[in-house]
Amino acid sequence: MERRVVITGMGLVTPLGHDVETVWRRMLACESGVAPTSLFDSHTFPSSFSAEVKSFSLDSFLGRNADRHADASRNTQFALAAASRAWEHAGLNAIPKLDPSQVGVYLGGGEGPIDFGPFSAAAVAGCLGDDGQVTSLDTVKWAHAAMKLLRSPCELEQDPNLAGGHLAVQFNAQGPNFNTLTACAASTQAIGEAMQIIRYGDADVMIAGGTHSMIHPLGVTGFNRLTALSTRNDEYETASRPFDRTRDGFVLGEGSGILIVEDREHAVRRGAKIHAEIIGYGSTADAFRITDMHEQGRGAVAAMTMALQRAGLTPADIDYISTHGTGTEENDKIETLAIRRVFDKLADKVPVSSIKSMIGHLIAGAGAVELITCVLAIRDGVVPPTINYTTPDPNCDLDYVPNEARKLDVRVALSNSFGFGGQNDTLIVQRPEE
Amino acid sequence: MTGRRRVVVTGLGVATPIGIGIEPFWEGLMQKRCGIRRTQAFDASGLPSQVAGELPAYSLRDFIPKSYRKSAKVMSRDISIAVVCAYGAVKDAGLITKCIVDREEADGPPNIDSRRLGANIGAGLICADLNELAGALATAADDQGRFSLARWGEAGMSNLTPLWLLKFLPNMLACHVTIVHGAQAPSNTITCAEASSHLAVGEAFRTIARGDADVCICGGAESKVNPMATARPTLWGRLTTDSNDNPDRASRPFGSNRSGMVASEGGGLLILEALEHAQNRGARIYAEVTGFGAGADATSWSKPDPKGGAIALALRKALADADVTPDTIDLVTPFGTGTIEHDDSEIAGWNSVFGTRLDAALALTTRGAIGNNGAGSGGADLAATVCAVYHNAVPPSSNTDKLDPSCRFRFVQDDPVDANVTCAISVAYALAGAQSAALVIRRYRE
Repeated sequence: MERRVVITGMGLVTPLGHDVETVWRRMLACESGVAPTSLFDSHTFPSSFSAEVKSFSLDSFLGRNADRHADASRNTQFALAAASRAWEHAGLNAIPKLDPSQVGVYLGGGEGPIDFGPFSAAAVAGCLGDDGQVTSLDTVKWAHAAMKLLRSPCELEQDPNLAGGHLAVQFNAQGPNFNTLTACAASTQAIGEAMQIIRYGDADVMIAGGTHSMIHPLGVTGFNRLTALSTRNDEYETASRPFDRTRDGFVLGEGSGILIVEDREHAVRRGAKIHAEIIGYGSTADAFRITDMHEQGRGAVAAMTMALQRAGLTPADIDYISTHGTGTEENDKIETLAIRRVFDKLADKVPVSSIKSMIGHLIAGAGAVELITCVLAIRDGVVPPTINYTTPDPNCDLDYVPNEARKLDVRVALSNSFGFGGQNDTLIVQRPEE
Repeated sequence: MTGRRRVVVTGLGVATPIGIGIEPFWEGLMQKRCGIRRTQAFDASGLPSQVAGELPAYSLRDFIPKSYRKSAKVMSRDISIAVVCAYGAVKDAGLITKCIVDREEADGPPNIDSRRLGANIGAGLICADLNELAGALATAADDQGRFSLARWGEAGMSNLTPLWLLKFLPNMLACHVTIVHGAQAPSNTITCAEASSHLAVGEAFRTIARGDADVCICGGAESKVNPMATARPTLWGRLTTDSNDNPDRASRPFGSNRSGMVASEGGGLLILEALEHAQNRGARIYAEVTGFGAGADATSWSKPDPKGGAIALALRKALADADVTPDTIDLVTPFGTGTIEHDDSEIAGWNSVFGTRLDAALALTTRGAIGNNGAGSGGADLAATVCAVYHNAVPPSSNTDKLDPSCRFRFVQDDPVDANVTCAISVAYALAGAQSAALVIRRYRE
């Protein structure tokens, strides 16, 4: 008999707060976490606003234990904070006899923010002649500057697998430890693969989810050059408007969502509270273009279909969809089309929403946060809204739960994540059996 | 759900300093060639380590369809290497993918359903091309020659090509490969440094075994031969600096006088395939993958565990998964970074699981010949391990003539040894970050 996989703990660090209940309450109240960027001076950038995690300190999560993680990157600190809450929430700190080799980590963890000050100073030193003119890179001059300026721990902590390493140490998790970086789909994929690891028996408990912060000069530069970000600097509060006809790109966010994913038997045996069961996972590649989604949403359709099939469900069983819903012209149109192709006539009946309207796009961390809101929707019988929705788009004609949370009995929820380059992942969670 | 499907290796594609393509690589190993030279890719004289493992020159045109040449402009070196390895692996496996059809090299209709072909490609933290980025950043310097964020936001950033970011997203290795070959099944990008290839192949093994794909292009690729990727490990004291005039001897895995690793570039991708699928298309079967195990260090994320605990756990889990014991292993493939601490840790890990079996089994490491490229090193190691099983031969391991006294590995020295290699195990671990993974490769038998 195949092992069943459940969610027993959740933790969030997002632009709307540092704990699950606060974030959830504020989402249901339609609050926005978007504001002018404070992490660096971006006033001349095409996009000078973002959804930052505010007044964050790891001390308030780990106490004296925070000191050992002092060098950790911003992403890793978010993950440690969210994971410590999830671990407590799952009651695992009270379990003396956990087999550490059966506790693993699967993160969709981004690279740590580049140490931009030293990096840019070394770059300038390598490319500026004595006359102040820009020359081609002199790697010798650059190396002398870089060796003086670059800070060893900051560089080490940038590697994307470091967050997983910190979690392994903090929670004595000696089992399988993976990090995936399938761009914006990463943490959804991480949770799906963590589920497969438990099903197979390679672990009993997985700390799964994602973490990312790209709110740094090169991150914003990269997305601005791609023209993927909203540039409504004067209307930043309403700039994140997924599925609205006037949308002009996504708003960059940061944060982490971590779940404790567990073998159901293991959870039952230790008397843990089960918050939801993960019953479906679909993962596909568009194999189309690195810059565009497939026009017919080929990969997105296949991911949703695969998740439904593996869950043994049909579209009629889905009560709510948490969309990828970034607020870019292309994503929202094609995701809408893909949902229509999978759900056919039922597409008009199933409420779909995008919490990115409130917290922006957490990139690798987005999917895990969204899945947690699906679990909360099941728990509380209410689905979160898509805020800033004012102007309907003929290409986006689903029920987006506009501007107001809605009471709804949710038994089964589906969550989509799509990454640059055509990576598509879908998870389906279900209310736990009594 | 039925039982777990058997999974075999039917193709190998590598790019290493001793050869691009599986045949040159294997021949190079058998002839004990070393690919480490003085760094040519850039002027490294400002850095203490001036040796590297660079790839022989290649033209990307030989590995992609004509229609895809435009996309080469948005490929970083890491991506390009993965695309080269993927083509080699697909050709070696006799698969007729979209790429093979588009290149008009197909001698029949496609023999793999796109929806059943996956990719799982390990990648590193892709360092920005400094020639491009530093030059752009310098345009935002103020009158005192200091970088100005205000100038950068205003005008400087427009010196970067609009698609700039897409060169450096780690998932672009797998994305380009899936697009070129038409692979629409599950696709993943594992970013766990040196453990990436083994984790990716292990995950692909599970994906095929449970039936979510029939074939998967899996392994890893990375380049550390660029200024930033060489400077970073220099900061951590990982690179050898004593052999700038003697590059052949620079990389000395497990050596009693080892002094650090050599940065290199390269990759290795395997074609993993469901046994039944391989049989149905009459594919050549190199070997069978029978076990996978992974573990993590809970002692430190920045320093190796002196006991090699995670390495030992990965080995034990892989052996148990394959249902074999250490005394049935004929060949071990340790990683052999070449730093004092990492090799100590790895030796301890192997010794604790294999003990005296290491006195009987043969050993192989490719680090002395090809250095460490990061995420792709494990893929090359797995390709070498699979070849040893398939050819019943163990090549010599460069620069393993003077071993650390605590090390029990029996590396072959000058000439390759004909040996019955029925079952082999390979391990890799992240130099920082905690991850370890092992795979058991077994001679295929019906």
